[in-house]
Amino acid sequence: MQEINRAALIKRASELLSDGTADRVLGWKAGEFDYDVTPAVFHSVEELEKDFVWGDFCGANFSKYLIKETQKGDGKVIVFLKPCDTYSFNQLLTEHRFDREKVYAIGIPCDGMLDITKIKSMADGVLSVKSEGDEVEIETLYDGVIKEKRENLLPDRCVHCKSKKHVSYDELMGEDGEVLDSGRFDEVEQIEKMTPDERFAFWQGELSRCIRCNACRDVCPACTCEKCVFDNPDSGVENKAAANSFEDSMFHIIRAFHVAGRCTDCGECSRVCPQHIPLHLLNRKFIKDINSFYGEYQAGETIGSRAPTVNYSQDDIEPSEAVERGGDNA
Amino acid sequence: MQVNEYKPLIVAFCCNWCSYAGADLAGNNRLNYPADVKIIRVPCSCRVNPMFILRAFQRGADGVIICGCHPGDCHYTSGNYYTRRRMSLLFSMLDYLGIEKERTRVEWVSAAEGAKFAATMNDFAEKVAALGENKRLEDLRCKK
Repeated sequence: MQEINRAALIKRASELLSDGTADRVLGWKAGEFDYDVTPAVFHSVEELEKDFVWGDFCGANFSKYLIKETQKGDGKVIVFLKPCDTYSFNQLLTEHRFDREKVYAIGIPCDGMLDITKIKSMADGVLSVKSEGDEVEIETLYDGVIKEKRENLLPDRCVHCKSKKHVSYDELMGEDGEVLDSGRFDEVEQIEKMTPDERFAFWQGELSRCIRCNACRDVCPACTCEKCVFDNPDSGVENKAAANSFEDSMFHIIRAFHVAGRCTDCGECSRVCPQHIPLHLLNRKFIKDINSFYGEYQAGETIGSRAPTVNYSQDDIEPSEAVERGGDNA
Repeated sequence: MQVNEYKPLIVAFCCNWCSYAGADLAGNNRLNYPADVKIIRVPCSCRVNPMFILRAFQRGADGVIICGCHPGDCHYTSGNYYTRRRMSLLFSMLDYLGIEKERTRVEWVSAAEGAKFAATMNDFAEKVAALGENKRLEDLRCKK
């Protein structure tokens, strides 16, 4: 269950709207079901009262939305940021992607989101999902009411939550947490321990499911190029190949490489993937390698820090050495 | 009767200022290296975008090698330092995806090292030939 409730957020946003601090709110809007929450812009208190929601399915990271939203009009935008969103927020500021003056950022604590895929895999015809303390009550059409422990329904990114601490905000509601050591590289290490053939088979199994919807690219707060290489019809990988798997690997290697050193590990790519490919495992491999080759680095921790991929030192590790260390650099 | 002996196709990205001149020197000195090594001249080794490497594999290369000036000797002062970081990360990622790590390599070859250039290419071609055809990163659409 989330520490702050919907009413408190609406109350604070309404105050800021009426005293002229800001003229619109970037928030989550209710969908048909509890779990299909969508990002939206609210212009008035009435709109907030009607459609605004805050709960266990408000996973969307708003940092990227600020790029477009701050370009519309002169007033400030109120934005709600969970701890992991604040890292992306900082990273985009580092890259000068939006005007900080046009944003009023409210940090809100997050108790982890829920994974609708996990819920749907255990219940047929989900009608509503309610959280009460550590328990989640799922009302279904065919299976009656199911109760399940909250920790079993967290998405992978929240199981391995990297931080409950907000690194950037104008005001904070509720309590600030700590940076956590949650073993987020455990899965990466497991894959590294496999033989090359097993690794290849594993990734073939995962990546061949890709339908090239580009959702991972579109949602990624680090992917903010105005023109993307994958939209080029001559790129050779602009859409799904009928015959073989090269295209999937190439797309995902390039996508992950392009955000290496700038990826804050917010996990949005895996959340939006309609094929449930664990894309964060590619990003985390880069983060783990960067940490091990060039020293600990967390993108977005401070504004203005230089990403390891656009930096160097004279005694860096050689590529041949890096590959050798790949499997056992834990 | 024609015998089809397998020969690997190798793409070598050589920087204009050191390695390309090194390849020239190897030629001038009549040193042998496999004719299957196709050299692509780039202004600096850091011009090589990871996409170039994957594209080379897509179009049928069996191995890709990147040659640049020795660290510290870059014509543009720092280009090869960036190459070193990028390729460390990219090769480690390819290994993570199960692509054979012998198919990719970075080697520093100066303009005076014609012999090293030839030796490197011989060695690399041998290693790649031992692996056989590149199956894991091939694109059937690009097959001849």
